[in-house]
Amino acid sequence: MHHEHPPDYPLTVHDLTVAYQRKPVIWDVELNIPEGKLVGIVGPNGAGKSTLIKACLDLIPKTSGWAHIYGKPYRANRHLVGYVPQRESVDWDFPVSALDVVAMGTYRRLGWFRRVGRKQRAAAMEALEKVGIGSLAHRQISQLSGGQQQRVFLARALAQDARVYFMDEPFAAVDAATEQAIVTLLKELRERGRTCLVVHHDLATVGEYFDWTVLLNMRVVASGPTAEVFTDDNLRKTYGGRLALLDRAANALTRS
Amino acid sequence: MDWNFTDTWIVVTGALCALACALPGCFLVLRKMSMMGDAISHAVLPGLALAFLFTGSRESLPMFLGAAVTGVLTALFTQWINRFANVDRGAAMGVVFTTLFAIGLVLIVRAADHVDLDPGCVLYGSLEFSAPIVPGEVPRAAIVNGAVLLLNIAVIALLYKELRLSAFDPALADTLGFSSNLLHYLLMTLVAVTTVAAFESVGSIIVIAMLIVPAATAQLVTRRLLPMLLVASAVAVLSAVLGHLGALTVPPLFGFSGTTTSGMMAFAAGLIFTVAWLVSLMPRRRGAAEGHRPGDLAAGP
Repeated sequence: MHHEHPPDYPLTVHDLTVAYQRKPVIWDVELNIPEGKLVGIVGPNGAGKSTLIKACLDLIPKTSGWAHIYGKPYRANRHLVGYVPQRESVDWDFPVSALDVVAMGTYRRLGWFRRVGRKQRAAAMEALEKVGIGSLAHRQISQLSGGQQQRVFLARALAQDARVYFMDEPFAAVDAATEQAIVTLLKELRERGRTCLVVHHDLATVGEYFDWTVLLNMRVVASGPTAEVFTDDNLRKTYGGRLALLDRAANALTRS
Repeated sequence: MDWNFTDTWIVVTGALCALACALPGCFLVLRKMSMMGDAISHAVLPGLALAFLFTGSRESLPMFLGAAVTGVLTALFTQWINRFANVDRGAAMGVVFTTLFAIGLVLIVRAADHVDLDPGCVLYGSLEFSAPIVPGEVPRAAIVNGAVLLLNIAVIALLYKELRLSAFDPALADTLGFSSNLLHYLLMTLVAVTTVAAFESVGSIIVIAMLIVPAATAQLVTRRLLPMLLVASAVAVLSAVLGHLGALTVPPLFGFSGTTTSGMMAFAAGLIFTVAWLVSLMPRRRGAAEGHRPGDLAAGP
C-alpha cells in the first residue's frame, strides 16, 4: 500500500508502531493531519491515545515507523510544537507559582543559562489572563483547583507560541467554566491558524468541539473531518461491544 | 564549656559541608529521589578504595576522581536497571548501591593491609581531627568543602531555571530542548562530588542527613524554590552550630566525656525538622487572609 505524506502538514505519521515490553500498544498508524484543524483523538481506554502523542514527541521510543512535524523529524522541528501533558503527570506540591509554571513556556526562546526577565513574565501574565486566571498568578500551584491547574498548563502552552499543539486530556476532570475556557481558547488558536491535537474522552462533545477526528483503537479506525468519520459504524469498530459507551455515542450522534 | 579556635573551625567546616549538601539536596527531595543521595554516598566507597589501591596513598585528587566516577556510575546503573530490566527505581537503587558498597568494603579491608585507613573513619567521618592544631592555619577539609559549596552555588545559580524545569516537568523540559537526562546526570555528579568532599568531614552515613533533612525541613515551611534553598541553607548552618554545641555539652550531662560532632549534627538536623513539622501542623493564620482556599472554589464534576 502506498501512502502520501504531504510535507507541509503539521503532523504526518507513517507505519508507526509502539510496544511496551514487546507488547504492541499502537500498530501501523498512518496519519495526515492538515493545518488549522482542531483534532480530537478519540478511543477507548488503553487504545494508545497518549502513547501516540508521546511517540510523536519522542518521549517514548518508537518500535518502527516515523512521525514528522511539518515534514521533518520532531527533533528538527521541535520549536514548532507545544505540549500539554496530563495534569497528573506533575507534582502540584512543587514550590512554584502559577506564573513560574507559565513562564516555563518561554524557556525555549530564552535558551540555556539565561534568566526569566520582565519580558517573559509579561508574556506569562498575558497567557494567564487569556485563560481567565490572571488574578491567581502568584498562588503556589497546590492552592489552585483542578480546573485552574489545567488552565495553568494551557496558559503555558500559549506562552510557548507553537504552531501545532499536542494536548493530553485537557478536559479530564475539569469544571464547566474551565471546559468553556478551554473551548474558547482552542477556537482562538484555530483562528490564528494553529493546529491542536487533543486526546478526548467524552464522545458527547466530539462533534461540537472538533472539526477533525481520529478514531483510535491500537490502529487508526478512521481519520478525517468529524462530519464524515464520526459515524455509528466507525464508533462500533472503535469501541467494539462496549454498550454503555455506544449508547452515549448514539446520543452524541442524534445531538449532532 | 571550653571553646577555642579548634571548635570554631569544626563548626565552620561542618557548616560548609552541610551547606554544600543542602543545596543539591533540595533538588533531590523535589525530584523525589532522596534515597539517591544515600545510594551515592555509600556507592562511592569502592571508588575511594580503588583510588587507594592504585595510588597507594591518601592523595586527594585520585580519591576524589575515583569516588566521583563511581557516584555517577551509581546513577547510570540505577537508570539502566530501572529502564531495561523494568525494575522499580527504588529497588534498582537498592541493588546498585548495596553491591557497590559491598565491593567497597571488601576492597577497603584489602587496602587497609597496605594503607593506613580506618573503616570507622570512612563511615563516621573525622570532623574533630580535621581542625588545625596551630592557630591561623586553615584546615584542608574547610577548603575542600568550601570549594564544593562554591561549585554548587555556581551551578545552581547558572542553571536555576533548567534544574527547576526538569525537576518539575521532565517531559516538558525534553520537548523544550533541555535534556532532562543531561540535567539529571549533572545533578548526580554534583551530589557525588559533594558526597566525596563531605565524606572526610562528616562520613558517608551522615551525608544523607545533610543532603535530605535541611531540604525536607525547608519544604515544610516554604512554598517557593528560592526561599526553600535559603531555609535549607539556614537549617544546615544551624545544625552544624547546634551539633557541635550539643556534642560539647550534652554527653557530660549523662556522664560521658563527649561524642562525635557529625553524629550530633545529624541529630540536631532531625530535631530542627521535628520542630518545623510541629510548627507546620499549627493552623495557619495567613491562609485565612489569602481569601478562599482551593476547596472553596468549584472543583468540577
